[in-house]
Amino acid sequence: MPHIRNYTMNFGPQHPAAHGVLRLVLELDGETVMRADPHVGLLHRATEKLAETKPFNQNIGYMDRLDYVSMMCNEHAYVRAIEQLLNMDVPIRAQYIRVMFDEITRILNHLLWLGAHAIDVGAMSVLLYTFREREDLLDCYEAASGARMHANYYRPGGVYRDLPDNMPQYSAAQWPKKELARRNANRQGSLLDFIWDFTERFPKCVDDYETLLTDNRIWKQRTVGIGVVTLERALQLGFTGPMLRGSGLAWDLRKKQPYAVYDRMDFGIPIGKEGDCYDRYLVRVEEMRQSNAIIRQCVTWLRNNPGPVIADDYKVVPPKREVMKKDMEALIHHFKLFTEGYCVPMGEAYAAVEHPKGEFGIYLVSDGANKPYRMKIRAAGFAHLAAMDEMSRGHMLADVVTLIGTQDIVFGEIDR
Amino acid sequence: MLKHLKHWLKSFSLWELLKGMSVTLRYFFAPKVTIQYPEQKTPKSPRFRGLHALRRYENGEERCIACKLCEAVCPALAITIDSEEREDGTRRTTRYDIDLFKCVYCGLCEEACPVDSIVLTRIDDFFMDKRGDQVITKQELLTLGDKYETQIASDRAEDAKYR
Ligand code: SF4
Ligand code: SF4
Repeated sequence: MPHIRNYTMNFGPQHPAAHGVLRLVLELDGETVMRADPHVGLLHRATEKLAETKPFNQNIGYMDRLDYVSMMCNEHAYVRAIEQLLNMDVPIRAQYIRVMFDEITRILNHLLWLGAHAIDVGAMSVLLYTFREREDLLDCYEAASGARMHANYYRPGGVYRDLPDNMPQYSAAQWPKKELARRNANRQGSLLDFIWDFTERFPKCVDDYETLLTDNRIWKQRTVGIGVVTLERALQLGFTGPMLRGSGLAWDLRKKQPYAVYDRMDFGIPIGKEGDCYDRYLVRVEEMRQSNAIIRQCVTWLRNNPGPVIADDYKVVPPKREVMKKDMEALIHHFKLFTEGYCVPMGEAYAAVEHPKGEFGIYLVSDGANKPYRMKIRAAGFAHLAAMDEMSRGHMLADVVTLIGTQDIVFGEIDR
Repeated sequence: MLKHLKHWLKSFSLWELLKGMSVTLRYFFAPKVTIQYPEQKTPKSPRFRGLHALRRYENGEERCIACKLCEAVCPALAITIDSEEREDGTRRTTRYDIDLFKCVYCGLCEEACPVDSIVLTRIDDFFMDKRGDQVITKQELLTLGDKYETQIASDRAEDAKYR
């Protein structure tokens, strides 16, 4: 009698559906997954160790590169940890800007997730539509920070620069007049006007995605009842964010431990019921709508309340350029801050934010020097990926792709 | 009963699939959002952080005073500077290299520079065709600065009030 053995297969690390560099070792019985063994570490860049060798401010740029689809949220956790150690106050306008960009980031992340998830499951067109909206939001990123992805915009004590009063426009030389007017129509005012215009349009765009997916029978067949995680197991596995809310617990750091100005915002937390891929899809889609509402509240406030966007404290925040060029003392501070940086009192701090993927935390230990003594990153995706085996057992091979999609995995933060 | 009938009708007429296709059809006739790169380009913010350049004063004197702040602040250690005293007694760089592969385009060098010498320009489509060309030297940086000075200056002027 022939000896029948399960088949072991490598999924990734270069599989396009593996969202980066996931290597899954799958044990298959026919097409049924018996065991899934995620191998991590292929994108390890030693960010935590690297941070120990650099003054605090120079690490902000590396935070962007952790979860490279939700850049500013990572920065937010990091600067909040430093602010806690320094015991520093952040101007209220800066907090509103941060909340606004956190929510823009959440939409950016969920848009990429939605497009990629749909394409993994087999729906091509959603990606094309979500990228159209991402383009607008990345323009907001660029207008505020100068970079479309790796913003390096938040600073301990606030944000680097105030929001610009002009939006960049399409150049007249490259377009026929009528089309130029159409393309520049929403770019006439300030960045805030542009964002406002986006929030007006965006709910309709979400309706479009929902028309394409929510009722679609193929989409439902591929997601309903796949990867069910009960609430109890979700808590035991350390799930956070939409993964936990999909299982039915309204746990959201923005509500439970409000930071920045989230306590002044009016928004709801969507929760799922079954804890399957379809519920998590619905939760994330609704989160986009809620984020849209938060952005609108921020824009309204920001329009009426000009003010400083960064703390006025030369020991931590470099002086304004104009002052620096005229005032000797300011110049000395400028030189000191850009070479040595600032020293942070001895102690430890943990700051967590509700990142689009879950709880993203930065644990900082300072020994009183100008560099972190130790930094630990709590990545939401890590706990989710660890549940891969449990979630995929007994499912078909094609469902593994759905599960990777629903976990919204980004290797920048898992491998860091 | 009516609910069942409705459900039955909807599934057999492929209702939700047709609705989905109507979205596609609508966008088929909607104005295009795509552009014809490189003839057409998307707008770029004056804050954009692209390729580096070194600037000069109006009288042609290079701005950089070799204070090495940019070298110190660069998180990626992409900048290398050697300096010397010139005959007229001023301090200038003799070597100013930026390794574009190491650079993370964080913009900290521009923030640090006290005389607005090193700047990040709007140029985002550059390339190298030989190994080693990614290290751009002082001469190349100055040439870039001379070439794009009008654009660089107007971008800085527009953004000056925010910095
Ligand atoms: S942009 Fe940042 S990484 Fe690049 S040279 Fe300047 S300081 Fe260094
Ligand atoms: S470019 Fe600016 S910061 Fe760098 S050495 Fe020259 S003057 Fe100093």
